[in-house]
Amino acid sequence: MEKTTTNSLSWVIGGAQGSGVDSAANIFSRACAAGGLHVFGKREYYSNIKGEHSYFTVRVSDRPVHSHVNEINVLASFDAETIFRHFEDVTPGGAIIYDSDVANTLLSEVPTVDDHAAARIKKTLEKAGLGLTVQDALGHAKRRGVVLFQIPFFQLLQEFAQKANDPALSKLTRMVNVMALSTSMAIMDFDNEVLARAIQFIFRAKKKVADLNVSASAHVYIYAKAKFAGSNFAYRLKARPTEKDMIIVQGNQSSALGKMVAGCRFQAYYPITPASDDSEFLEANEILDLNDSGKKGSTVVIQTEDEIAAIAMAIGSALTGARSATATSGPGFSLMAEALGWAGINEVPVVISLYQRAGPATGLPTRHEQGDLNFAVNAGHGEFPRIVLASGDIEESFYDTIKVFNLADRYQMPVIHMLDKAIANSVTTCRNFDPGKVGIDRGSMVRQITDKDKGVAGNYLRFKLSDNPISPRVVLGTKDAIFWNTGDEHTEEGHISEDPELRVQMMDKRMNKLELALKEIPDEDKAVAHGSSDIAIVSWGSTKGAVLDAMEKLAGDGTKVKFIQVKLMSPFPSELVRSMLNGVKTMIDIEMNYTGQLGSLVRQHVGREADYQIVKYNGRPMSLDEVYNAVKRIIGGDAPRRQVLKSGA
Amino acid sequence: MALKLSDYKTDVHNDWCPGCGDFGILNAIQMALADMQVPPYKATIFSGIGCSGKTPHFIKTYGIHTLHGRVLPFAQGAKLANPDLEMIAVGGDGDGLGIGAGHFVSAGRRNVDMVYIIFNNAVYGLTKGQASPTLKLGMKTKSLPQPNVNNSVNPIALALVAGFTFLARGYSYDVRHLKDLIMKAVAHKGLAFIDVLQPCPTYNDINTKEWFQGLDNVDPETHKAMPRMYKLEETGYDGVVHDPSEINQKMAQVIEKSNEWGGKIPIGIFYQNEHVPTYQERIAARIPDYMENAPAVQQIADNKGKTITSIDRLLSDLRVDK
Ligand SMILES: Cc1ncc(C[n+]2csc(CCOP(=O)(O)OP(=O)(O)O)c2C)c(N)n1
Ligand code: SF4
Ligand SMILES: [Mg+2]
Repeated sequence: MEKTTTNSLSWVIGGAQGSGVDSAANIFSRACAAGGLHVFGKREYYSNIKGEHSYFTVRVSDRPVHSHVNEINVLASFDAETIFRHFEDVTPGGAIIYDSDVANTLLSEVPTVDDHAAARIKKTLEKAGLGLTVQDALGHAKRRGVVLFQIPFFQLLQEFAQKANDPALSKLTRMVNVMALSTSMAIMDFDNEVLARAIQFIFRAKKKVADLNVSASAHVYIYAKAKFAGSNFAYRLKARPTEKDMIIVQGNQSSALGKMVAGCRFQAYYPITPASDDSEFLEANEILDLNDSGKKGSTVVIQTEDEIAAIAMAIGSALTGARSATATSGPGFSLMAEALGWAGINEVPVVISLYQRAGPATGLPTRHEQGDLNFAVNAGHGEFPRIVLASGDIEESFYDTIKVFNLADRYQMPVIHMLDKAIANSVTTCRNFDPGKVGIDRGSMVRQITDKDKGVAGNYLRFKLSDNPISPRVVLGTKDAIFWNTGDEHTEEGHISEDPELRVQMMDKRMNKLELALKEIPDEDKAVAHGSSDIAIVSWGSTKGAVLDAMEKLAGDGTKVKFIQVKLMSPFPSELVRSMLNGVKTMIDIEMNYTGQLGSLVRQHVGREADYQIVKYNGRPMSLDEVYNAVKRIIGGDAPRRQVLKSGA
Repeated sequence: MALKLSDYKTDVHNDWCPGCGDFGILNAIQMALADMQVPPYKATIFSGIGCSGKTPHFIKTYGIHTLHGRVLPFAQGAKLANPDLEMIAVGGDGDGLGIGAGHFVSAGRRNVDMVYIIFNNAVYGLTKGQASPTLKLGMKTKSLPQPNVNNSVNPIALALVAGFTFLARGYSYDVRHLKDLIMKAVAHKGLAFIDVLQPCPTYNDINTKEWFQGLDNVDPETHKAMPRMYKLEETGYDGVVHDPSEINQKMAQVIEKSNEWGGKIPIGIFYQNEHVPTYQERIAARIPDYMENAPAVQQIADNKGKTITSIDRLLSDLRVDK
């Protein structure tokens, strides 16, 4: 028997979209978290509702984990396609759980395996002198030392139905997801009680479904335990007491939770992956608890006819004083460009949560990319101030969300909060969110005006020119403080003006707010330096997890690298980034796009070109290993200037 | 002290062409506000882009001059965030029925309690007279290089099928009648639409003031011009849906009446249906204190700047030891 590995593994479940892959993965993640372990999981799926292949990777460890790895230690499947897609990635000593009924399925019999993937799989199998069935793929894995666990799912369902005295249950093929999961837990010797609790939790809205799944799971668990008692499979998951104050949270909830805390009370959106979840979470929880008061708060969430309307409504709402936002992805953000400029020239605080996905146009609608940085920084015609802030992970995104509303109010301008598909569709254990950590700063918003906000005629001047580029802002409906807004250049009151001198004054006023913002925004919100070394990785957004984990692995080899995580993209914190790059001999730009967009921002603002570029644009997030290997290659001195990463199914 | 008409006027120089129909609409809006004694700070005029888009700058209430075609979403967002304020949206026919047509239809589905006025001059005024969506097929105004190749949209019928619940047409030179329509539109519970026939003397030499007033249409007996416009209310027409059972019949007569054009052009109220819940009411059905505690007025922080929102209930669901 091999050496046992406990509480450190990579688990994958796959299946057709709509067959419960997500639920099974959510149960698995929650069970591990409830068992005191750290998890990082990510979901991969096609732009499709039913039938195409989707899978969920969860890395489990007794130490914090921030990324996924290429390797699979346990592959839980209940269809043929999952085997074909992933058998090569299962490690020697790892496990494949599969349905006995699919063993003879031919590759050509799985219509959802597209030609490109089929050709790759065929090549691998033929090279090994094998045929093209699931059995052959399994044989390929077995040769490499993978342990196979065959489960007759249908037969087990029938037995279960008989035992429960309810023949209808045998048709409940929907439960095979939980059965596959349960098998994986049995072979890893995970506590069945903890598993049962996780199932109950995930299906808590439907007690009957929950109970049924718990029983089905237990049935399979016992079966697998007995059947595979003598197996030489060496991975174990052992529950332990949970750490204090830990949560398990999904990336499509964290920013929405931040919005609630920030006091965002209005969100308008048009459906788009992966941003809709943010709005739907807000709407599902539209009534809000308030501290120490019987009163309730509420969020008005509006599904609009398009993204132009979404941002326009959010701006209209912001004019009334409500903290307002919209959430979208690249295609929707493209439509928002004109209104973004309107908010800029009229100094309206509005937040745009930009959940990037792979473009251009519709691109890869459900896949990951960080391709919109240039666009976020430059979107819209003409010149106007904006703030662009990028979060690196789920936990950060909660606190950053409160901060972006503060920035919008303080500097009276649109703020683009950059998130992405990798954050939105991942799940992680982390410290419980502390809603009191970031205060609420509404800047110069006033409910009443004073004489000094008025002009000589006694009228309120919304855009008063003074030493301070930020003018006191009233909201619609304030007594004695009427103002005007226009997309044209305007006077201090807000009326149209084409005066050349005033134009310069107003442009200066607006743009000067950026200088002020740069002075006032704390360093930790501009860029964060992790570790120190003369080899520095410069990166941004969700690559953070893989970079941090790779750094740790490199440190294990005795190589120290520094990681400069840039957060504020506009206005760009040139001074700070320059100082962080001081003494750095090797600068490595790591990003999920083709051109290296952050690299070009750094070149533009800091005047320094990255020595190496590690990029990826195949729609799949960077894994720990590929970042590690690519950096290792650079350190080893045999790397080209540009490495393109390609892992991921 | 009662508010006077002059309290609703700014001293911003008005640069519309002399004789432009927009002046009449502007006056009617100001007169309606004065008649209703709306405190200027309680009202906001939103506009799109075009000659018509400049309207808010001449009115002394809050004025938000937005983007081409987007006036409705801006105004709806504001109204839904603060339902306490009076929101009037105005804009051109190109603005609302061309580039903004999608918003027009979607606004009907929502029925937000506010007013939308289209300045219908059948041309794109501010871009020098191109055909607008309301210009009839085959018409060639002096500003067009070729006759119009598109058919025209019927704004009232489109608004009807989109779900607007108050439909009226006014004429910019019948200011009093238009003022009355605006007051009724404001009083209406739901989304009100007024299509205002607005001569553009500079670019539209077909639908001119003289044409509307029938100077080309002289009664052979009296030798007097026969105005094309006639008032629906003077013909015994009743557009009000008194009972939901009448809806189909009332809708049918709107289609018929709104298609009248050429010799006779009806103005007045085509349709009014207050049996449809407003968007505000639909929100209030889910958020019980919405009307008193709308987004704009909610307290979100204590006086030390600490959030007062508690997400404990949601966080406790995420706890690993749950
Ligand atoms: C997105 C965009 N496209 C085009 C324009 C140019 N533009 C300005 S006004 C206008 C048309 C105005 O016509 P209408 O809405 O009928 O208003 P009117 O001037 O007739 O009152 C256009 C196309 C613009 N401002 N914005
Ligand atoms: S172009 Fe026509 S609509 Fe515009 S101001 Fe002149 S007359 Fe009025
Ligand atoms: Mg027009």
